[in-house]
Amino acid sequence: MIRSTKDFWSGLIYLFLGLSAIVIARDYGMGTALKMGAAYFPSVLGALLILIGSISIIRSCIVQGTPIGTLAFKGLAYVIGSVVLFGLTVRGAGLAIALPVLVVISALGSSRFRWGPTLVMAVGLTIFCVLVFIKGLGVPLPIIGLWFGGR
Amino acid sequence: MELFSNLALGMSTAATPINLLYFLQPVSALIMLAGIYYGSQYGGSTTSILVNLPGEAASVVTTLDGYQMAKQGRAGPALTASAVGSFFAGTVATFVLALFAPPLAEAALKFGPADYFSLMVLGLVASVVLAQGSLLHAIGMVVIGLLFGLIGTDVTSGTQRYTFGIPELADGIGFVTVAMGMFGLGEIIRNLESESERSVVIAKITSLMPTKEDWKRMIAPILRGTVIGCAMGILPGSGSILGSFAAYSIEKKVSKNRHQFGKGAIEGVAAPEAANNAGAQTSFIPMLTLGIPSNPVMALMVGAMIIQGIQPGPSVIKEQPQLFWGIIASMWLGNLMLLVLNLPLVGMWVKMITIPYQILYPAILVFCGIGVFSLNNSTFDIHFMALFGALGYIFSKLGCEPAPMLLAFILGPLMEEYLRRAMLLSRGNPWVFVQRPISATLLGLAVLAMLSVLVPSFSKTREEAFKE
Repeated sequence: MIRSTKDFWSGLIYLFLGLSAIVIARDYGMGTALKMGAAYFPSVLGALLILIGSISIIRSCIVQGTPIGTLAFKGLAYVIGSVVLFGLTVRGAGLAIALPVLVVISALGSSRFRWGPTLVMAVGLTIFCVLVFIKGLGVPLPIIGLWFGGR
Repeated sequence: MELFSNLALGMSTAATPINLLYFLQPVSALIMLAGIYYGSQYGGSTTSILVNLPGEAASVVTTLDGYQMAKQGRAGPALTASAVGSFFAGTVATFVLALFAPPLAEAALKFGPADYFSLMVLGLVASVVLAQGSLLHAIGMVVIGLLFGLIGTDVTSGTQRYTFGIPELADGIGFVTVAMGMFGLGEIIRNLESESERSVVIAKITSLMPTKEDWKRMIAPILRGTVIGCAMGILPGSGSILGSFAAYSIEKKVSKNRHQFGKGAIEGVAAPEAANNAGAQTSFIPMLTLGIPSNPVMALMVGAMIIQGIQPGPSVIKEQPQLFWGIIASMWLGNLMLLVLNLPLVGMWVKMITIPYQILYPAILVFCGIGVFSLNNSTFDIHFMALFGALGYIFSKLGCEPAPMLLAFILGPLMEEYLRRAMLLSRGNPWVFVQRPISATLLGLAVLAMLSVLVPSFSKTREEAFKE
C-alpha cells in the first residue's frame, strides 16, 4: 500500500533514470578504476540513483506523506506550449510576430487573463525587444521572417 | 518567489549574447556580469522589507523582521539598515577577497585532483543540507544533476554520451538552459496553480533615517553578520544563502533584544543583509582561485572567461592581474553605486512588484526565450528550456527541490575529470581521498555537515528556517 505518493513517483523517476543511465552506458566502454572509460562515472551514478530510488519507494510504503495536490495542467500546457511555439516560429515568422504570440498564448494560461493589459504588454515588449536585442545587441533574429515576406 | 533573480538571470543572459562578450574586453564583460549579480542580491532585500516577498533565497530571512518593521511604519530605517549593512559588509568582503584570494590561489596550486574532487563533494553536500524538504530527494536530485551534466562529448575518450544522435547535444546542455527551465518556467507554472489574489500591501516610507537607538543596535549585528557571511561565502554551493540564515539564527541567540525577533527587530534585518552581501562577494573566491563555480552566475562568468581564452583556475590571478583587480575595484564601486542608487529607486522596485503577475510572467518568458536563444543562436535550446520547465514543475510537485540539481549539473563534468585524474595518479587506489590531508579535511567537513542534519536539534532549526 502506498502511503506517500510523492516518494513513490519520485522513486520511480530515479529508478527509471538510473536504469537508463546504466543501460545506455553499456555501449561506451567501462575501463577500470585506474583508467576510467566513458561509462565508469555514469554507471556509478546510475547505480546510486537506483539505490536512492529503491529507498524512496520502500519509504513510500512505510512513511505517511503529504499528497501531491492538484496539477496546474492548464498553466503547464499554456506556458510550455507557448515557449515551444516560440522556438518553432521565431526564425521563420520573425521576432515581431513570434514574440506577441508568445505573450498572448502564455498569458491565456492565467485565470485572470484580460485582453487589454496583455495586448499593451505584447506591443510594448515587442518594441523594446526589437530595439534592444536586434538593433542594439545584434541578436541574429529577423524582425519579420521569411514566412511573412521579410528577409 | 525567485522572481527577481529569474528576471535578472534572463535579462543578463539576453543582454550578453556571445557576440557581445567577444566585442567587450574580458574585464568589462565579467564586471558587467558581476554587477548584475550583486545588483539582484541587493534588490531582493527591498521587496522583502516592503512587500514581504523575498527577491531571492538569501533574502528570505530578511522578510521575518523587515516586513514587521515596515508594518510598524519603520520601513525607512529597515531599508537603511539593510543598505548600510550591505555596504559595510561588501566593503569588508572586497578587502577580504583582495587580501586572501592571491595567497589562497597560491595555496590552491598545491591542490591535487583528489583535493578538488573532495572540495566539490563538500560543495554538493552543503547544497543538500541547505535544500528544503527531504534529504533523500536532495541527494537524488544531486545525482540526477551530475548525470545530466555528463550529457555531451566525453573530453577524455571523445565518446558522445547520452546524445541520442542529436548533434546539438554534442556540446552538452547549457546550464543556463537548465536553470531558466527549472527555475524560471517551473516557478511560473507553480505560481499559476494557485492564483490567489496577491494582496500586495505596500508599506509607506516616511523617513529613511534610523533613530540613534537603531544605529546603536545595528553596529554589532552588522559586524557579526559580515564575519559570518565572509566565512560562509567561501564554501562552494552555499554562498550567500547559508550566511544569511546563520547570521539570523546567531543574532537570535546572542542579541539582548531577542524577544523582539520576528516582531520587527532591526538586528534581524541588519545581520542577515550584511551576511548575504559579504557572502555574495566572497563566493567569487572559489571561482577566482580554483576555477570552481559555486552558483549559476559564477558558472556564467567561468563560461565568459573560457570564451575570452582565459582558463579559470589558480593561475588566473597571477596571469590576468588586470582581470582580478578589475573585478575587485568594480565590486567596491558597485557597492557604492547600490548604496547611492538603490534607496532613491525604491519606488521603482515597488512599482515593478505591483504589476499583476499575469502581466509580468509572459515578459519573463520572453526574456528567457531570447536569452536562451542568444547563447548558441539556436532555437533548439528554447525547446530544451521548455522541457526542463516541465521537468522542474513535476519535480517540485514531488517535493524534489531543483537547486542542488543545478549545482551538481555544473560540477558533473568537472568532478568526473578530477576523479579520473586522481585515480590515475594514485594508480587506482581509492584511499587517496583520505590519505591526502587537504582532501581528508574537506571530506571530514562534508561528513560533519551531513551528520549535522541528522542531529535532531539542528534539523529542527533547519525546518524552522525553511518554514517561511
